[in-house]
Amino acid sequence: MSEKVLLVDDEKEFLEIMSERMKARDMEVTTATSAQQALEIIEKESFDAIILDFQMPGMDGMDALKAIKAKKPELQIILLTGYATVEKGVEAMKIGATDFIEKPADLEVLAEKIKSAKAEKMLIVEKQTEGKVKNILKKYGF
Amino acid sequence: MSGEESLLAKTGLQFFGRMSASVTHEIKNVLAIINENAGLLEDIVLMAEKGLDISSERLQRLARTVNAQVGRADAVVKMMNHFSHSIDHFVEPVDLTKVAEDVCDLFDRLLQMRGVTLETITPPAPVVVTASRYYLQNLLWCCLNWATIARSDKRTISLAPEKMDNGVRVRLVGLADLDKDTFDLFPSPQEDALLAALGARLDFSVAGGEIIISFLRES
Repeated sequence: MSEKVLLVDDEKEFLEIMSERMKARDMEVTTATSAQQALEIIEKESFDAIILDFQMPGMDGMDALKAIKAKKPELQIILLTGYATVEKGVEAMKIGATDFIEKPADLEVLAEKIKSAKAEKMLIVEKQTEGKVKNILKKYGF
Repeated sequence: MSGEESLLAKTGLQFFGRMSASVTHEIKNVLAIINENAGLLEDIVLMAEKGLDISSERLQRLARTVNAQVGRADAVVKMMNHFSHSIDHFVEPVDLTKVAEDVCDLFDRLLQMRGVTLETITPPAPVVVTASRYYLQNLLWCCLNWATIARSDKRTISLAPEKMDNGVRVRLVGLADLDKDTFDLFPSPQEDALLAALGARLDFSVAGGEIIISFLRES
């Protein structure tokens, strides 16, 4: 089954070429040019991973990461940035980023990270479902 | 080194670091696009090896994108080079319109992040002062940074160089709705050190939404 990815970056040309290459690798890609647009998209659709640019006009990557995690905690977010510092990486991971990758990124490395993110998300969703089932059984006295 | 000189050195170094970080970030974005184009070219070669037809139009489009990004990177590097040379002379004749245009380019990405578009209002004749170009750019950044840091609404801020009877000035226009109380903290010792080094004065109009940097002729 292909990975469903949301790619968020304010550089339109980057989005176009990156999504073309990802689609050629059988990924299902949706793009957004702002964090705000990404937030609207995740309200309607679910993704295995979100690739999020760290620095964008309006809401930056860190704020976007917080907002997405608040709305959909199970979503796996890989931050993509032009400037990777250990400090920022640690901060992002504490907030809930799954991974952190520096631009220019190696697509094969990114694809591996997306696969891991998808596996991680499936585990979380499985646990959530298990919890829901347990609650239902408890409710009916089983 | 006196306390003021030390503060000036620290402020100047921080400013250079901030601008370098912004410019290198921009270059990284360009490299990322070129990198993806190179990757796409590799993908196309692989497809061609498997016998798939490759459209020459697609390849031309790739070449155009790479050329455009090279042009973009070249402009960014030229801008950074020009900025770096502003430290060559600490006192020189400075065309305020040229400085305003330079900072519009230099601060563009940083201010765009805050929804701000910076523009220059070109005066009818050159407005020149003998001062440090570097410290003036630093002071303009301090003012714009302070005026925009806590806001993210879309707006345009204009830089208007002007001649006066007793000197020259740059007005920063479009700062309406600034919180009146925040003016109590401005200018900070950092801006005071820059003003002293430039021999300039700073005034602001809360109601008019303006900050004015003036260079007055000694009478």
